Amino acid sequence: MKRFELIEHTADMGLVARGHNLAEAFGNAAYGLFSIMADLDNVQEKEPLKVELREEDTETLLFEWLNYLLYIFDVEMLLLKRFDIEHFDGFALKANCYGEKYDPSRHRLKRGIKSATYYMLKVDRENNQVQVILDV
Amino acid sequence: MSPWNGPLEKIDDYRWRIPKSYKQGMRVPGIIYADAEMVKQIREEQGPEQVANVAFLPGIVDCSLAMPDIHWGYGFPIGGVAAMRVEDGVVSPGGVGFDINCGVRLLRTNLMQDEVSPKMKPLMDALYSSVPSGVGSKGRIRLKGGDINEVLRKGSRWAVEHGYGQAADLEHTEENGEMGGADPSKVSGRARERGAPQMGTLGSGNHFLEVALVDKIYQADTARAMGIDEVGQVMLYVHCGSRGLGHQVADDYVKEMGRAMTKYGISLPDRQLACSPVNSPEGQAYLGAMRCAANYAWANRQCIAHWVREAFCRVLGVKEADAGLELIYDVAHNIAKIEEHQVSGHKLKLCVHRKGATRAFPAGHPEVPQGYAHIGQPVLIPGDMGRLSYVLVGTEQAMKETFGSTCHGAGRVQSRSAAKRRLSGRDVLDSLQSRGITVRAGSLAGLAEEAPEAYKDVSSVVSVAHNAGISKIVARTRPIGVIKG
Repeated sequence: MKRFELIEHTADMGLVARGHNLAEAFGNAAYGLFSIMADLDNVQEKEPLKVELREEDTETLLFEWLNYLLYIFDVEMLLLKRFDIEHFDGFALKANCYGEKYDPSRHRLKRGIKSATYYMLKVDRENNQVQVILDV
Repeated sequence: MSPWNGPLEKIDDYRWRIPKSYKQGMRVPGIIYADAEMVKQIREEQGPEQVANVAFLPGIVDCSLAMPDIHWGYGFPIGGVAAMRVEDGVVSPGGVGFDINCGVRLLRTNLMQDEVSPKMKPLMDALYSSVPSGVGSKGRIRLKGGDINEVLRKGSRWAVEHGYGQAADLEHTEENGEMGGADPSKVSGRARERGAPQMGTLGSGNHFLEVALVDKIYQADTARAMGIDEVGQVMLYVHCGSRGLGHQVADDYVKEMGRAMTKYGISLPDRQLACSPVNSPEGQAYLGAMRCAANYAWANRQCIAHWVREAFCRVLGVKEADAGLELIYDVAHNIAKIEEHQVSGHKLKLCVHRKGATRAFPAGHPEVPQGYAHIGQPVLIPGDMGRLSYVLVGTEQAMKETFGSTCHGAGRVQSRSAAKRRLSGRDVLDSLQSRGITVRAGSLAGLAEEAPEAYKDVSSVVSVAHNAGISKIVARTRPIGVIKG
């Protein structure tokens, strides 16, 4: 099973992420997000980041999860590549994420992402799959 | 994505209607400005569906509009214009987008091609090192706690007060670069954290700096009023927006308004259109925060333009006073504004959303600076990085039909991955260089995604705007140097 696939969108980009459960699909969506932004091969899993979120619905949880990570990247320049979801109930999420600070001598950034959007955002509970369009 | 097969009725050669009956819930029809050739391409994706979706928004008047650079976006189409009554209508952060006050400014110079061409390499190197660009770029300016509130309130004036540029620049900036009603208390901590280190940075994606030459002048008197005097004259473009601060403001309020929709009994076909009444606490908070982000973007372009001027004068060995580096104009193309317009004979106070659309006010409008009162507001339409860009002016026709709006750019026709499959970054670089364009780019992949071939031909876009009368072509420029973040 591929962790995520890109969706063609003329102006922007999108991704569909899958998992054995929805929690894993959320983790893979985050992995997809950072893969779009940077080449993750050289990124080591040495800096931890704890994330705890609670929202009113699962769609907003996905929107917030990805946008929170974009905020972290903007402010901390932290490139993340591993997302262990500790707790997930569709409304709340606790995750331990790992990565390292962007180092221009070793890391290659590919493109910036402004935000995850609600447009065509889908949480498919039966197939443990999520879809999101990103503003590039 | 699947093609769009909905009804598109031809009104005339440049106007196409999506009837109100297309979808239950549309409050007004949709109108797309395009020629027959463009319509074929527009139908290949879901842009028209998004025009129809915008027509659902409460308080929308007249039509849901799309300018000739319409393409598939999220929520609103890119190129979308919609005006809602302030009295009982809504404001939608999705009608502005994540890059609040993304916009363009154009500086003129007294220099000609033969003076600048021999120095293009050192000039581009100097511009590239003077203006931080690329993903996650941090600025040369570090805003401390209280400073950021000043930026959010004063916009370009903050920059000028801190030595970036001249007071005369303010008059030639939409809203004088300082939008009233900005309320820094409505901007979240996260937005401030993102914005503080990014002031004075270009960013990535389609943002750019460009050294251009005047290529053709269509209306000599109008052009002269702007300081566009002759073919071969050197011009400078800056295209960027409000960086992480604006993105975060949009995130915060799309989410908040999504929650408030039930309270206001609003239901919409796309959650990205989330909105609240203009006169609600949520609506007012968003407008207060959005204006802050708009001011941040104007300050950003003001600082960047200052470094561009410095680098230009240093490399070319000219004094700033002799270089004639005046700001022709600065336009916002992602914004919502409270404006008065005549609708069916009545003067209405409206919240005009322009998402990938440029204000195009006519001669004599009070918002048009004094020096341009007789010609109308300059409209700046950058093309893709290999081809032409255009300078137009606003018209009375735009006031009548499009709430004083026109197109904003070329509009993409190819997805980023499709562009990259066709051409590598190296191919794009070689092709631009063979056309005499010096390029500096943060990433080759980014360059491939922004390949000229991925865009519509901007000339056909502006000719539709011109022929429909919603703005008039004054001059065009062609690039000789491009910096991509």
